[in-house]
Amino acid sequence: MEQLRQTPSQTVGPFFAYALTAEQYGYPYDSLMNHTLVSLDTPGQRIVVTGQVWDGAGATISDAVVELWQADAQGHYRTAPIEGNTATHTDRGFLGFGRVGTGTLPGHRYQFTTLKPGATGEGSAPHINVMLMMRGSLRNLYTRLYFADEPEANAQDILLNAVPAERRATLLAHRKEVNGEIRYIFDIHMQGSDETVFFEL
Amino acid sequence: MEALNKTSLPPLAAPVSSADVHPPHLSPAYKSTILRSPTQPLMPVRELIRDLSMPVFGQSVLREFDNDLTKNARINGEPIGERIKVAGRVLDETGRPLSNVLIELWQANSAGRYVHKAEIHDAPLDPNFLGGGRVLTDADGNYAFHTIKPGAYPWGNHYNAWRPNHIHFSVIGHQFEHRLVTQMYFPGDPLFDYDPIFQSVPQHARELLIAKFRMDWTEAEFALAYQFDIVLNGRHKTPFE
Ligand SMILES: [Fe+2]
Repeated sequence: MEQLRQTPSQTVGPFFAYALTAEQYGYPYDSLMNHTLVSLDTPGQRIVVTGQVWDGAGATISDAVVELWQADAQGHYRTAPIEGNTATHTDRGFLGFGRVGTGTLPGHRYQFTTLKPGATGEGSAPHINVMLMMRGSLRNLYTRLYFADEPEANAQDILLNAVPAERRATLLAHRKEVNGEIRYIFDIHMQGSDETVFFEL
Repeated sequence: MEALNKTSLPPLAAPVSSADVHPPHLSPAYKSTILRSPTQPLMPVRELIRDLSMPVFGQSVLREFDNDLTKNARINGEPIGERIKVAGRVLDETGRPLSNVLIELWQANSAGRYVHKAEIHDAPLDPNFLGGGRVLTDADGNYAFHTIKPGAYPWGNHYNAWRPNHIHFSVIGHQFEHRLVTQMYFPGDPLFDYDPIFQSVPQHARELLIAKFRMDWTEAEFALAYQFDIVLNGRHKTPFE
């Protein structure tokens, strides 16, 4: 079957914030998604997912966009349409999708509030899909966050096991408890000995 | 700076696949890619992933003027510049139209100035223009929005570097792999030959980023019109096939 050629990718550039992450950056436009993937009544263990994006010279990147897409605590992805014209709607239920820029927190951190996802099925460990965009990146970059404290599930994960063993650690988020809050730290390295594994879809 | 690739173009090669249109991650003429592009090859995983369906966005995500950038940020009058309409279809690679695709837009104003705080170009802001908007495709995959034609602007990549006029597009479809961020350009822009971001795309595919002027879509005495169709990466089988 003849296929249409895809529309080529271009960089998100440095000036996305007033459209893609307006509320986070204080621009006068609303945001359809933000740092929160859950609503108050979503069942599941609340976690914070946070980290920094590092360039090849070891500097933190201040103008990246990070998007998360994940299953709920039972391992189900949301299928119901997303409604409501701001991210602060409280009746959306479990969204499973979030977006932040790295330009507003100290150290150019990104930070999300979400829940720990369940495994989505046989041969799949709990994970979060991560999409990364930034000035200087001509294409979206897709990677996955796995949980370092799930070694047994990780050992069964088909995708993680397809990654060369010496690079698997780049996909592991590490648990840290801070004042009763459960944080998973997931740094993304564009280059260097810890270069994050990126996937092609 | 000399025009990039202006002369001695290689013969047009037929694309190897429908995905053979994207820029490489490292494109050294665009200097920021040097420290920000992966050095290891990406790992192909689409055979390992069963389903990455995403929920669609419903009509309630839109406000009245989200798809009219000439109206969604007015304070005391109309924005300055040339009013235009941009419209097109969003399709998957088999030509199937995709409904309820979320397109988020951002652009410079007619003077080439972004509202963004990091923008330092010495050109005026327009109090009645934000340059941000969003639109959903309808049941036939069509979208349309009104805006002001963006101006060219200088940037720091090299001495006297200027971006061609462009509108930024962020697209969220029905599958995770549909995700696309791109830029739409205008026909005949003299800056194409000097822009390393536009030129990062393989030569045979650059035309795919240039909107078509559509005289028949213009709104008489109101706005010129451009067509920009979007084809998303979608090799997953769907229940319809
Ligand atoms: Fe731009």
